[in-house]
Amino acid sequence: MCGGLSTTTGIDVTLVRIAFALLTLASGVGILIYGLAWLVLPLQGENASILSRALTDRRGIRLVIAIVPLFVMVVLVAGALHVGFVGSFVWPVFLAAGAAMLIRRNASEEEKVWINGELMPMLHSGVERHPRWKLVGRVAAGLVLGIGGLSVATAGHAGNGAIRSLAGALLVIAAIIVIFGPWWLSLARDLLSERQARALAEERAQMAAHVHDSVLQTLALIQRSADDPRQVVRLARAQERELRSWLFEGRSPGTIGDDAATVAEGIDVIQRQVEGDHGIAVQVVVVGDCPLTDGLRALLDASREATVNAATWSGANQVSLYAEIEPDVVTLFVRDRGRGFDPRSVPRDRQGIAHSIRGRVARCGGSAAIRSAPGAGTEVELSMPRREKTA
Amino acid sequence: MSEHRRPRIFLVDDHAMFRAGVRAELGPAVEVIGEADEADAAVELINERLPDVVLLDVHLPGGGGQAVLGGVTPHHPEVRFLALSVSDAPEDVIAVIRAGARGYVTKTISGDELLQAVHRVHAGDAVFSPRLAGFVLDAFAGMAGVDTLAANLDPELDQLSPRERQVLRLIARGYTYKEVARDLTISTKTVESHVSSVLRKLQLSTRHELTKWATDRRLV
Repeated sequence: MCGGLSTTTGIDVTLVRIAFALLTLASGVGILIYGLAWLVLPLQGENASILSRALTDRRGIRLVIAIVPLFVMVVLVAGALHVGFVGSFVWPVFLAAGAAMLIRRNASEEEKVWINGELMPMLHSGVERHPRWKLVGRVAAGLVLGIGGLSVATAGHAGNGAIRSLAGALLVIAAIIVIFGPWWLSLARDLLSERQARALAEERAQMAAHVHDSVLQTLALIQRSADDPRQVVRLARAQERELRSWLFEGRSPGTIGDDAATVAEGIDVIQRQVEGDHGIAVQVVVVGDCPLTDGLRALLDASREATVNAATWSGANQVSLYAEIEPDVVTLFVRDRGRGFDPRSVPRDRQGIAHSIRGRVARCGGSAAIRSAPGAGTEVELSMPRREKTA
Repeated sequence: MSEHRRPRIFLVDDHAMFRAGVRAELGPAVEVIGEADEADAAVELINERLPDVVLLDVHLPGGGGQAVLGGVTPHHPEVRFLALSVSDAPEDVIAVIRAGARGYVTKTISGDELLQAVHRVHAGDAVFSPRLAGFVLDAFAGMAGVDTLAANLDPELDQLSPRERQVLRLIARGYTYKEVARDLTISTKTVESHVSSVLRKLQLSTRHELTKWATDRRLV
C-alpha cells in the first residue's frame, strides 16, 4: 500500500511508511488513511481502484439503495416502540453495510480471496453441514437477543438501573455468542487440525528416517552379500527382529536406546553395533564426556548413521569416529578413507544424508557438514550445542 | 627421512606368534637383530646389541614394558622405543610413554603403517595414534589462565599451544601427518615437531591426569 502511494505521489516509499507508522502511533489517523488509500488507489498491475470501480457499479449501488426502505422500516418500528436510540445507530450501520457490500463486489480477485477466506466464515460457518435456514435462524435469534438486551439496558428507569444494565449486558453477550460462536469454534478447529498436520508431517519424517536406517540399509547389505546365503539369512533375521520390536514394542531401530547414559557410552554402543553388523573396524576417540540429552541422542543417532553409511558404501576397512565434548558444544567427526562421492550428485530422494543425518541433527538445533570427493574418502562433521549445562 | 641404512630392530613380546608375524610384515625393510620374551632378558640383550628401535610390548612378564625402559634408557638414551599394545586404552600406554617410549601403536596396525612408525621413531620423531592424541587432549584440557593459577601449572610443560591442539585434534580424527600438514597448510616436518613437543610435555608434565597413570600400578 505504501509502495502504491509512493508511486502515485513520487515520495520515497520508506518516508511514506515512516509517516504512516507515526500517524498510527500518534492518533490512529494513519489506519484511517491507510484504509482510504486502499479504496482509492489501484492495485499494482490494475488500472482502476476499488472506489472508482464502486462508483461505476450501477447494479451495486441499486442494490444498496434497495435496502434503504428496510432500514426506514426498522427506524419507524423502533420509533413506534419508543426505543429512540435505534435511530442513532441504524444509519451508521446502514452506511457501513452498504460500503462493505460495494467494496466486496468491486475488490480485485486477490482481495476477494482474502475477504472470502477471512471474513466470510463469520457468516457461513457450519453452512455445509446445516441448511441455510439454520444460519438465518441463528442470526435472527442473535439479533433479537442483542436488541432486546440493548433496550433492556438503556430503556430502564433510574430505580433499578444496575440490575437492568447487567441483564442487558448478559443478553448482548449471549447474542454475540449465538452469532459468532460457531465461527470461533471453526477457527479453533482449523488451528487444531493445522497443528495436528504439522505433528503428523514430523512423525512421518522421523519414521522415514527410521525405516531408512534399518530396513533400507539391511536391504543394501543383502544385495551386496547375495552370493553368501548364510549371511543373507542372518541379516534378514536380524532385520525382522528389529522391525518387530519397533512395530510391536515401540523400540526405535537405528537409535542408541537406553543402553547408554553418556556420550562416550553411546559411542561405544555405536562401535559395537557397527563392528558387529558390518565387519568393519571402528576407531573411536572420545575427548571428555557428558550425560546424554535428547539433542545429543539425535547427534549420536546421526553419527551412527554416518558410520553405517561409511561401512556400507565406502569400501574402506576402517572408520574413524572422533568426538570432542566441550563445555558448550559436542562435535563429532566420522571419517573414512574409502571411495568417496560427489555430494552434489546425490539424488534428492536418498534418505541417508537428507533425513537420517541432516534432518535429525537439525531438528534438535545442531548442524551437519559432509566433505567428500570421489577417491578421497568422506568426512561427516556433526555438532550439537549443549543447552542444558551439566557441570 | 635420514635412512642411510635399514633400521636395526629388536622385538620384545611374550608371544612368539606375534614376533614372527611382525618379522614377516616388516620383511626386508628392516634388520631384526634380536628378540626377547620377558623383561630381564630384553634389558640384557638390548644393552649388549644397541638396536636403533625397540618394538616393546606393553604387557610383558617381569615388570611390563616399563621395566625394560628403566633398564635401558638411563644407560643408552639413544635406543628408541616404540610401544605396542593390544588394547589401545591410553591408560595402558601412558606409563610406558612417560618412561621414555617415543610413541605407541596398536597391534592391529598394518605392516605398512608399522614400518612407517618405525622409521618415524628411528628419525627421532614421535608416533601418536588417534587414541593417544585424544587422550592427550583430554589430559591437557582446560585453557590457560584460571587453570594455571589454580593448579600451579608450568605453562611451558603443562599446557598445549593452540597449534599443538589443532594438530592433535586432526590426528584424533584419523588424519595422517601428511593430511594434517595439508589441512593446516604447514609442512610435514612442522607437524612432526609439534607432535614431538607434545610428546615431551606428555613425558615431563606433572599434570595430575598424567602422574595418576604413572603411580597407578594397575597396568601389569
